[in-house]
Amino acid sequence: MNAMFEGYGSRGPAYDEMFDGDDLRSPYLRLRSSLQTMTTPDLVSRVEALQASYLDQGVTFDIGGEERAFPLDILPRVIEMDTWSQIDAGVQQRVRTLEAFLADVYDAGQVFDDGVIPRQVIATSSHYHREAANVRPPNGVRVHVSGIDLIRDNAGEFRVLEDNVRVPSGVSYVMTNRRAISAALPETIAEHRIRPVAGYPQRLLTALRAAAPAGVVDPTVVVLTPGVYNGAYFEHALLARTMGVELVEGRDLECQRGRVMMRTTKGLEPVHVIYRRIDDEFLDPVHFRADSVLGCPGMIDAARAGNVTLANAVGNGVADDKLVYTYLPDLIRYYLHEEPVLKNVDTWRLGDAEAREEVLDRLDELVLKPVDGSGGKGIVIGPRATRAELDELRTKVLADPRSWIAQPVVQLSTVPTFVDGRLGPRHVDLRPFAVNDGNRVWVLPGGLTRVALAEGELIVNSSRGGGSKDTWVLAGPTGGKAAVPEPVDEAEAAPDPGSQPSPDVPIPPAQPAGTALSEMSQQQDQQQQGASRSFVEPVETPTDGDHAC
Amino acid sequence: MLSRIAESMFWIGRYVERAEDTARILDVQVQLLLEDATIEEEATCRALLSIMGVEDQPDHVDTSLVLDQLAYNLDSPVSIASALAAARESARRARETLSVPMWEAINTTYRALPSGVFHGMRPPGIFQWVRERAALINGTADATMTRDEGWQFMMLGRCVERADMTSRLVATAAVSANTGAPWTSTLRACGAYEAFLRTYRGLETERGAAEFLLLDRLFPRSVVFALNRAELCLDNLDSGGQRAGFQNEAQRLLGRMRAELEYRSLNDVVADLPHEMERLQRTCAQATEAVTRRYFAGAEHLTWQGVL
Repeated sequence: MNAMFEGYGSRGPAYDEMFDGDDLRSPYLRLRSSLQTMTTPDLVSRVEALQASYLDQGVTFDIGGEERAFPLDILPRVIEMDTWSQIDAGVQQRVRTLEAFLADVYDAGQVFDDGVIPRQVIATSSHYHREAANVRPPNGVRVHVSGIDLIRDNAGEFRVLEDNVRVPSGVSYVMTNRRAISAALPETIAEHRIRPVAGYPQRLLTALRAAAPAGVVDPTVVVLTPGVYNGAYFEHALLARTMGVELVEGRDLECQRGRVMMRTTKGLEPVHVIYRRIDDEFLDPVHFRADSVLGCPGMIDAARAGNVTLANAVGNGVADDKLVYTYLPDLIRYYLHEEPVLKNVDTWRLGDAEAREEVLDRLDELVLKPVDGSGGKGIVIGPRATRAELDELRTKVLADPRSWIAQPVVQLSTVPTFVDGRLGPRHVDLRPFAVNDGNRVWVLPGGLTRVALAEGELIVNSSRGGGSKDTWVLAGPTGGKAAVPEPVDEAEAAPDPGSQPSPDVPIPPAQPAGTALSEMSQQQDQQQQGASRSFVEPVETPTDGDHAC
Repeated sequence: MLSRIAESMFWIGRYVERAEDTARILDVQVQLLLEDATIEEEATCRALLSIMGVEDQPDHVDTSLVLDQLAYNLDSPVSIASALAAARESARRARETLSVPMWEAINTTYRALPSGVFHGMRPPGIFQWVRERAALINGTADATMTRDEGWQFMMLGRCVERADMTSRLVATAAVSANTGAPWTSTLRACGAYEAFLRTYRGLETERGAAEFLLLDRLFPRSVVFALNRAELCLDNLDSGGQRAGFQNEAQRLLGRMRAELEYRSLNDVVADLPHEMERLQRTCAQATEAVTRRYFAGAEHLTWQGVL
């Protein structure tokens, strides 16, 4: 059916990832020919089944205590192999740099002495925690999990929008989306070679076990959640389940003699690694917010004593401060002696008098962001602000320039999205996830694509009605199944649950579709939440904060 | 296993069973009210509510009020709707430990509430639907869950609840007694009618029916069967092995209750059935408290919505 993409207009300034004018871009060749074998009613019925399956599976996120199904668009986003290699390399580079920077910041601070970044930038960061100083993680890792937000600019180039090295969320949707789309578009999936995403929990578990305190041979790993009313509870439960570890709440934990224990039916049992999905401020009422009921008193001391590892480490927030972000290219050159693979979005630091002057002249055309705004509170989009708002902003900037950065309004790229019975261009961003086990930084091929479902909307937050797309990283040259399998690394090469039985075991003729069934039941395996950071305007997001409810 | 999770598993077992058994009880009573014009509606409805633990009853009580209170109303702690919602809430808290099909069975059942499907169903239909959903959940659990601690706690919850609810079912039959008909319906509600006829060779007596529902060792919904199973679960949880007596308070309470039912003469038990059944329900509540103290201590207490 050729009508599907008819009238698909993407004539705006934004880069459309599927169409270049009327021409199809190569990664999407096969996708379109596959979709063209379907009729619109057929597609609609698949969309409906997709939505129903997310409700039944409970693939949800919470907004203000209300549970909603996570919206998933049926059209995947396709990223070709070469483009992905660059993203993969760029994200790895970024994470390695952030690790080096954090190690330096909480130790000697050589980077300040060498004049790469002013010490004051860190000293004035609200995310710098003295509690983390001079604590050396067992295997040197502080950023066990990171989510580096990318956007694709008008020229089609991927750029880093921000780094999240505290509690980035959304990875569970990457896994559930793939399962759901395999059920909704099995033929289309079969015609592509897509790098799998199901290996994430094992990667994460391996990294968490590797981070165990010295001398612990068989560490007990737990996931720490604020509880069922947290926006990302679905993700916490999914990760715990797929890793086969306990999902604990603060009240399940107790600290005794510098160790963290959990309450079980057989009494207290020791915990060695805590993948915590709670912000620093809520972890331990002894050191941080005294009114927090989400964490457990004594946890920080246990961590400082080296009896338990917190992942991600306390104090990581200094590395994803938006002011530090502006120094990242320099930090990459300083620590790695490499040129940045992925560029930043152009950014002005308002602490610089010259930059400040320019920005204040152009307030009505720029985006201004507070530097410590996890969740993006207080962001002002110049072209959409009123005179009064701009005046107020000017006053705030002048009063405290260090707290602000400015960026041009970037038109996020668009991808065809099924809304109201037809396809239209919608803006997307991308959050790839990386796991560091101490030996290497592994980037999950795909990441979470968030899409703004309203036309022209640049805000992809789920709390603003944003949805998501399955993100396909092709394992071969575009345009078809690769004839030659290109090398994938070990974990991905592990047998895929959906793969064919080996040929020397004949399938009993009477047995119905065994693989399809197992695929289906595993597909029911999902849940997660989290995605909600936006691009231009990260509003109020549970994403990195997993804030207390 | 985390205490909090163990507690959630226990309550999943109880709430699912409660939803099912409430549907079974209502099925019998609604049918009787319809079929038998001699039954006084208000008195029967009041008795039914009180057996289900509703103490504060309004001035006017009729069948539709009973249905509202015991089936549809999410705000009524003894309704099927609130039992399903509570089962799902417990499941959500224990989600990472449940098998995926198990979670989906519970979640899709619950989804009928907010979507309005549940409230749109008419009485006989809804009771059948609840039984089917419970069968699906229990069957899925049976087929997909490891027989670990979580399973034992869920079974324990189910068995304790079943003993409690069968006793209420027996008590409701006693309410409109003396016709013989209520027992037939009660047996049918349990799916026990044919089994009963075979066992008692077609001789339908009130005494026989009560005996079957209370004491039959082979019928899965009888009180003794449920108590036996509950004891077995507690045994499995306490793998240490006992030399003398029972240190486990819950086990002692349930075992004593079972022994009293089994060893006393049936005449004694049947003589004052409502009172006897109330005693059984109290024992179930005490056993629950004992289990909570022993295994779930430290976990935040989940409030049990309903009658203790």
